[in-house]
Amino acid sequence: MARTTSLIDPAPDIIADKGVTDQNDVPILVQDLTVAYHRKPVLWDIDFSIPEGKIIGIIGPNGAGKSTLLKAILDLIPKASGRILIYGKPYRQQRAKVGYVPQRESVDWDFPVNALDVVAMGQYGKIGWFKPVTRKHKTLAMESLERVGMADYANRQISQLSGGQQQRVFLARALVQDAQIYFMDEPFAGVDAATETAIVKLLQQFRSIGKTVVVIHHDLQTVKDYFDYLIMLNMRIVATGNTSEIFTPENLQKTYGGRLTLLDEAVQAIAREGDRRL
Amino acid sequence: MNPRKRSGIRYISFRHILAPAIILMFVVSTGRAAPDSIGSIRDTTIEWPTIDEVLRVVLLRDYNTRVVVIGTMLLGLAAGVIGTFILLRKRSLMGDAVSHATLPGIGLAFIIMSRFGGSGKHLPGLLAGAMITGLIGMGLILLIRNTTRLKEDAALGIVLSVFFGFGVAILGIIQKMSTGHAAGLESFIYGKTASMLAADAQLIAYVALLILIVCTILYKEFTLLCFDQEFASSQGWPVVLLDITMMVLVVIVTVIGLQAVGLILVIALLIIPAAAARFWSYNLLTIVIASGIIGAFSGLAGAGSSALIPRLPTGAIIVVIAASVFIFSLVFGSARGLLVRIYQHLRLLKKVGHQNLLRAMFEWWENHDTSGQSRIHRQSDTKGAELANSVCDRDSDNIGNVEHSSRDIRWGELLALRSWAPRRLRRLIRIAIKEELISQLSLGSYRLTEVGKAEAKRIVRNHRLWEIYLITHADIAPSRVDRDADQIEHVLGRAMVDKLERILASTSPDLAMPSSPHPL
Repeated sequence: MARTTSLIDPAPDIIADKGVTDQNDVPILVQDLTVAYHRKPVLWDIDFSIPEGKIIGIIGPNGAGKSTLLKAILDLIPKASGRILIYGKPYRQQRAKVGYVPQRESVDWDFPVNALDVVAMGQYGKIGWFKPVTRKHKTLAMESLERVGMADYANRQISQLSGGQQQRVFLARALVQDAQIYFMDEPFAGVDAATETAIVKLLQQFRSIGKTVVVIHHDLQTVKDYFDYLIMLNMRIVATGNTSEIFTPENLQKTYGGRLTLLDEAVQAIAREGDRRL
Repeated sequence: MNPRKRSGIRYISFRHILAPAIILMFVVSTGRAAPDSIGSIRDTTIEWPTIDEVLRVVLLRDYNTRVVVIGTMLLGLAAGVIGTFILLRKRSLMGDAVSHATLPGIGLAFIIMSRFGGSGKHLPGLLAGAMITGLIGMGLILLIRNTTRLKEDAALGIVLSVFFGFGVAILGIIQKMSTGHAAGLESFIYGKTASMLAADAQLIAYVALLILIVCTILYKEFTLLCFDQEFASSQGWPVVLLDITMMVLVVIVTVIGLQAVGLILVIALLIIPAAAARFWSYNLLTIVIASGIIGAFSGLAGAGSSALIPRLPTGAIIVVIAASVFIFSLVFGSARGLLVRIYQHLRLLKKVGHQNLLRAMFEWWENHDTSGQSRIHRQSDTKGAELANSVCDRDSDNIGNVEHSSRDIRWGELLALRSWAPRRLRRLIRIAIKEELISQLSLGSYRLTEVGKAEAKRIVRNHRLWEIYLITHADIAPSRVDRDADQIEHVLGRAMVDKLERILASTSPDLAMPSSPHPL
């Protein structure tokens, strides 16, 4: 597997410059990650690290493995190989530092809870086993709703909210987690312009207080405005680096243009082989 | 006025009424078929209880009845509570497969116990067997789903039918065994509380209580699991363990429900109360409690009637009662019931008609008052307008010289303003007159009252604000905004109007009462 870009990923640099112990300062370090579904590889040899306090976009075509990469980092799916460190430690030890905003479509919005209940779920981890949600947690959840401009909707059943409002509820739930790194899976998908602006503002607020935000994004037009740093992905890393440097027609062509037919064929072959073995 | 909406509500009512009706028919038919296949009811007819017997049961005077009824009631409560969670987790059918998977366990436990000198009918032993094969069935479903490419429905179908078939075969073998005295094992299929001993009922009661306790302390965890498994997992909750815990609780409910409801129908006790409860609330805790109460009521009533009429299959009665509650909830439920929805729909229709009338009159008045003279009606050349014109002419002939100021609109003119049916318009006018928004000066001649004018002004303003918004912000052609705004203006809340004002403040000079962006 040839690394197709001349812009090397900065992981080795950072480590080399500051010494190995400073891995603890790198929000996310991914080394040699491969992920497979039903023995069919979706991510190949992913190596990258991201800088702290930036808004980072992950872009790539459908099926490029963007969500898979997020889920692998969050330990939601098994890795075929490789390791991922969050501030120098495995995810399991760092959960409190990580907030997650799943895709809006991943849940049933007809569920009988209101907006405030959903936001309070962001604190369940802190509350711990068996203990109920108290007034203190509800107050915090309410503050979080206020920050995304949804305080008036706290008692609305979530099915009665618009798509953009639902997305904001999800954001508020991540907010209340009070994390260091946030992962968001397509927060801009299917939301109104007002919500999009609100989300961008929130991301910038995060950045201003030194938090790191990783966002899966689809709309190439807004990439330059929203993100400081980019991970361009198509089953393997095409390029990582500052948006101003790597968001070039050449890299876009590599990411989105012409499928890698040989790689595709290899994937199919492996999948077939896997089937036979099962 | 909106045909799509009307057919929508017909569709809803049709679908929602038909489904439970079929369920009911099915339930009744299985209920009837059950005793036949058991063969225990053919020889005798149902003995209706005397009043004294009824009193004994209702007042729970008899110790045995008391324990059985309370046991079944607790079973219903527990099933209703855990049922809510599996309904929300979309695992209801797994409960069904698991309950069928208990049958071979019952048979095997009976064989083993009678081989080793027992009577074979020791209830805890039978239930333990049921539990084991139930859990194996559940494990197999998960295994099939996770390791093959078969989807969950296929896995459920396989496990349900294979285990049940296996169980029936084992019962057949037991019938032929020399030691076997298996009469009564079939009551696990359809349920029969009459065969329940006080000790059995006590066991059910304890287990039901245990389930309630677990559901209470894991309420928060189960909620999160059901709503957003991925997020739960990212927070470090052991999703698989929680899932297993939940399904084990389902297996336990199923197993203790075997005697009372029977393995075919125990699924109903898990699903129906929860489904019924959803019609009453949008709040999870309320739904859980309501579901528990509905389940408890069904269990109570079912066991009660079984105590009165011993040969009735209890399971079927419990299901029929639960289904009745379901149908009642479907129609009368305060959150999503049919009546509430029809009422809301009718209210909206009325509001829309009412607002359309006021707006039509206001805009007409606007046109005529400023010019002082009747301009022609809308330039529509529809039949309605022609008809209206002729009616209008006749009106003016009839009314002749009755004083008629330019501020009054006549029936024919009003009819031509919109495409409304004369009957509907007449009714709308009647309502508006009663509410003192319109006054009738002479026959067929109307005018907005002061109150009516203020109200109409508000409505027209909302309509126009929305039209301007659509033109300036959504790039919709001015010729088309009238209809688009028509659909939205009626549901505009205060907050949305405020927002509109803020958005339009910079672009539109005359926000107080904008002029119509299109020819009226």
